[in-house]
Amino acid sequence: MTDFLFLIDKISAWVGKAFAWCILIMTFGVSYEVFVRYVLRAPTSWAFDISYIMYGTLFMMAGAYTLSRDGHVRGDVIYRLWPPRVQAGIEFVLYFLFFFPGVTAMIYAGIDYASYSWRFQEVSVMSPANVPIFQFKSIIPVAAFFLLLQGIAQVIRCVICMRSGEWPAHLHDVEEMETVLMHHQEDEQRMAEAHGGEGGGQPR
Amino acid sequence: MTDPQIAIMMLGIFVLTILLGFPIAFTLIAMGVAFGYYAYYDPERMQYFFDNRVFDLLVNQTYSVMANDVLTAVPLFLFMGYIVERANIVDRLFFSLQIAARNLPGSMAVAALATCALFATATGIIGAVVTLMGLLAFPAMLKARYNTSFAAGVICAGGCLGILIPPSIMLIVYAATAGISVVQLYAGAMLPGFLLAGLYMIYVVGRASLNPSLAPKPPAEETQDVSTGEVLIMLATSFLPLAALILSVLGAILFGLATPSEAAAVGALGGLVLAAIYRSLTWERLKESVYLTARTAAMVCWLFVGSWTFASVFSYLGGHDLIEEFVLGLNLSPVAFLILAQLIIFLLGWPLEWSEIIIIFVPIFLPMLPHFGVDPLFFGILVALNLQTSFLTPPMAMAAYYLKGVAPPHIQLMEIFKGVMPFLSMVFLAMIILYNFPQIVEWLPNYLYGR
Repeated sequence: MTDFLFLIDKISAWVGKAFAWCILIMTFGVSYEVFVRYVLRAPTSWAFDISYIMYGTLFMMAGAYTLSRDGHVRGDVIYRLWPPRVQAGIEFVLYFLFFFPGVTAMIYAGIDYASYSWRFQEVSVMSPANVPIFQFKSIIPVAAFFLLLQGIAQVIRCVICMRSGEWPAHLHDVEEMETVLMHHQEDEQRMAEAHGGEGGGQPR
Repeated sequence: MTDPQIAIMMLGIFVLTILLGFPIAFTLIAMGVAFGYYAYYDPERMQYFFDNRVFDLLVNQTYSVMANDVLTAVPLFLFMGYIVERANIVDRLFFSLQIAARNLPGSMAVAALATCALFATATGIIGAVVTLMGLLAFPAMLKARYNTSFAAGVICAGGCLGILIPPSIMLIVYAATAGISVVQLYAGAMLPGFLLAGLYMIYVVGRASLNPSLAPKPPAEETQDVSTGEVLIMLATSFLPLAALILSVLGAILFGLATPSEAAAVGALGGLVLAAIYRSLTWERLKESVYLTARTAAMVCWLFVGSWTFASVFSYLGGHDLIEEFVLGLNLSPVAFLILAQLIIFLLGWPLEWSEIIIIFVPIFLPMLPHFGVDPLFFGILVALNLQTSFLTPPMAMAAYYLKGVAPPHIQLMEIFKGVMPFLSMVFLAMIILYNFPQIVEWLPNYLYGR
């Protein structure tokens, strides 16, 4: 079960990270637009479309990855006071109540929405460049599908935790700087304490 | 039950569910779909189960978040922030400012506050600012025998300024929620941001000169041997590049040379150049920044997907009208309404974070603003000021927890809270000043854009 959990985690992380690079395309694309507009006096016709397509793709496709890293914001004032088993039990139920129905609806409705757009090869109306957006609309069901997959992994996490009383570990990944620094500091203190214990009798 | 009552029930269930700690974005989506299915139920269309307009609503709201031209600036500013955060700039900045401020009372606290404000403005990431400064400036201040609470308060409060002073991501999110111009909101936030930073500064200098034992002067031999020229060179290599980056991004936005997203993209590029100049742009750090940008952008924007779906069903059921009727029925004066709204937002700031408050709860107040003749821009600045407190008030005082996480083990959380309190009262003082002199907010947008 843990193998399957980590497999889904890896898929979500891979997809999220692959699409995360959209930010570089966006940075360079939009900067290029500003450059040609002011320096060469020849604005592009595509930069605006590129910017929102990259932005939308980026955040939608990172949804599952963020869920796997527990990055979606939650009001955890009471939640964190509970023992892990209770947390897992409640979350297990809530995934079926508040996660799968919404995500499934998004897959269903998204397929409808995207297939309609594919049928007439829809292009953006924002600019004369005829930038296609049917692939962009297809992101909705695809992103929702990866969320559904990650939701299954999260449910497995809950089951493991309900059995063992401990949340299963996450695979190693990049963390926010504050998290890294706080963990680093904890480790150092632990080391210092261990060290202090051993070397307590040393002469100064 | 009537539809508006169902809407209130929807809001009630939602608030209860928040308390259970489930990721809020998905709760909003699922509840929007479930209650929407009821709201848009049309027996004539029911050929099959999925024949309900709520599904069109869900994808349309999702797509309008995906194609929103204001929110495009969010990942770009995040990216700029993560790059600058990793540029090894904060220690240079702190030490050069500390030497530049050496003749002021509480020089280290002044330098820490200025570093926090500038660095937080450039990165917009509170956690990073507080922990980095907590590892750098906090031990330095303790070593100089500064009062623990005083030093802790400076770092926590200073680190939070980044969400108020433009270019701040929170203001973009508010602008997208309220449907007002980011540019005007940025212009409106400039003076209040400086006002609050100024109040903090006055407090720090005032407190340190009245009671020198809080912030003892460093021994003369440590600081006197630096000439003015050397100080200028230090500032030119640390303070100037970062300030230039922020000012060019802001200037481009305020003078209408670029849209906020364009300025953010150029700012991100500038951040990359800055990091390269400081020789801190490694492949590893670039990867970290890219991945973290994706995660944080997904967190904020999925909240929008949920919130817009939820809110359209809520108002279709008549929930907004009912709340509006109720509040208007209270016969409040505009000032009483403003105070009530800010009080509610302040209380929400205890358990919740700014993203949830702005994306989910602020929209409840927005439709009422015209009745009381309140400018949504002015309201937004008050909210932004108010939300400074959400990082500083227990039990969810994130800034205090970040500092506690990196501080030496003998520092108690209570000492940090105690140090934060005076800064909280500065926030309230700033809000009172703005209530009485709304010109502070309105002057710059009026002057620049002739509103």
